[in-house]
Amino acid sequence: MFSYCVDPKTLEGLMWLSCYVTTAKHMSFYFSFLVVMGLLSLAAPLAMAFGFAGATASRSTFRIIRSLGKGYLAMIRGIPDIVFFLFIPIALDQAFEYLRHKVLCSDVTEPIRQGNDFVVCAAAKLPLNTASEWVHDIYGFSLALLAFGFVFGAFAGNVLSGAMAAVPKSQIETGEAYGFSQSQIFRRILIPQMWIYALPGLSNLWMILIKATPLLFLLGIEDIVYWAKELGGIKTGVYEYPHPDWRAWYFGVLMIFYLSLTYLSQSVLDKISTRLSQGQATMAGKAG
Amino acid sequence: MSSCFQTLSDYGLRSIGYGERLLPKADITLCEQFVLIGSGMIWNIYFAVLALLLGFFFATVLALGKNSNLFPFSAPCRLFIFIFRGSPLFIQFFFAYDLFVLLPRLGFDIDLGFLVVTVETRWLTKAWLGALMVLFFNTSAYAGEIFYGALRAVPSQDLESADAFGFTGIKKFRRIIWPTMLRLAWPSYTNEAIFMFHATTLVFFTGFPAWQQKGDAIYYASYLADKTFNPFVPYPIVGLYFILLTLLIIGLFGLINRRLNKHLPTNERKRLRFNKYNLIR
Repeated sequence: MFSYCVDPKTLEGLMWLSCYVTTAKHMSFYFSFLVVMGLLSLAAPLAMAFGFAGATASRSTFRIIRSLGKGYLAMIRGIPDIVFFLFIPIALDQAFEYLRHKVLCSDVTEPIRQGNDFVVCAAAKLPLNTASEWVHDIYGFSLALLAFGFVFGAFAGNVLSGAMAAVPKSQIETGEAYGFSQSQIFRRILIPQMWIYALPGLSNLWMILIKATPLLFLLGIEDIVYWAKELGGIKTGVYEYPHPDWRAWYFGVLMIFYLSLTYLSQSVLDKISTRLSQGQATMAGKAG
Repeated sequence: MSSCFQTLSDYGLRSIGYGERLLPKADITLCEQFVLIGSGMIWNIYFAVLALLLGFFFATVLALGKNSNLFPFSAPCRLFIFIFRGSPLFIQFFFAYDLFVLLPRLGFDIDLGFLVVTVETRWLTKAWLGALMVLFFNTSAYAGEIFYGALRAVPSQDLESADAFGFTGIKKFRRIIWPTMLRLAWPSYTNEAIFMFHATTLVFFTGFPAWQQKGDAIYYASYLADKTFNPFVPYPIVGLYFILLTLLIIGLFGLINRRLNKHLPTNERKRLRFNKYNLIR
């Protein structure tokens, strides 16, 4: 980075440190913080979409759709989220390759599952063997994103269905009395009124989502945990910047990063909550 | 079927080091998957039960500390709760493990004059103690916050009645404040207990190594998914085990909830229902 960094062995103190923290690998480390933020900003709306679909399905008048929706919302309470994070990306990957194999290589008659192997033709591989590195990265990230959307969608679905149930029944009945159709009631009465009930749960969920982002590491993505392990490990004399085991320091930095992120989020969410409860017929509204 | 009994005796206690040492490598049967993953559940139950039992008491202390008017008491409790609730458990595991690895090098020699004793810190780098400590601190912080919220919500009339009857100090706390606090906190605390069981699945994916492949349920599930290249069997098995465990927790905590609400008139008793739009964690 700096001109004096050419021979780091001769450097000492702050000069050494300034060169050390600006190596190419450290730049990748800093970039992975952006990956975390990117994941957060994409996973949150995706989870809301999944959650909204789940909550709506669980109120459906069709029995099959209703039980599907209820099952989706209930399973997250019983099964640890890590199971989904490990299961969904590999299951989706196999499902995509299976479908592509059926379509693209219909002439191959051998079964896909051969004992302990999962064999698809070369054209069905995702991403293709010939694809460049960044395509693999994007594909991996997208699978991870879907897993986050699915898991947090179930959490959000619980929050939203609870909030929908909390809207006073008389409001719905008033709508019916005025001759609103079911979909009009849903759009004009239920949805606008449920947000205030959903807010505490959704804020809580946002915090859970922030704290779930390091799980990206489990999905084989080069995220902040990966780089912290990589950079912090013992570097012997063969490296340009030898140092002892510094992993505890690197993870300390990650702790501080997450603590400031949650602290900042909490103060913003508190402000929003105060703002939204103004004029509401609740204790918070009256007190404010 | 008899071969499944054989598998049960071979792998039933594999996760704690009894029975067959070698894990199945090829032609893995459904029975082997069920038994091996079930064996791993021993660790999940061990971690969660101990962390929750110990954490329950520490959480009460933290809640009282945070509620204290004295700064020297409240500040450390607030900081502790903030740190453990504000950062991901995943990172806490890594941080703690790497800290524990460094410990012996920092030097812990105790000079007794006639001989020098080196305090054993290497146990802390083993999952059974190190990870348990992290989980214990973590659940204490979350439960502490729940208890603190409940403590603030104890009705002032209850406290006034206690004063009127001459209850003071320890007696007032043990007979009036504590039971009410628990009753108010119980639904959220049940939620926390469920999340704690789920959180134990992180242990062997973080810094703590599974020594001699003695791992928890999800460790074996991912091992089997790797070997068979088929995620559709082992992960649903883990899911099934955890659903059963969750139902068990809800049943057990429901019984305690009934006892905590016993004195109330029937129409005021709260059944243990989850506050759906206010997930706590």
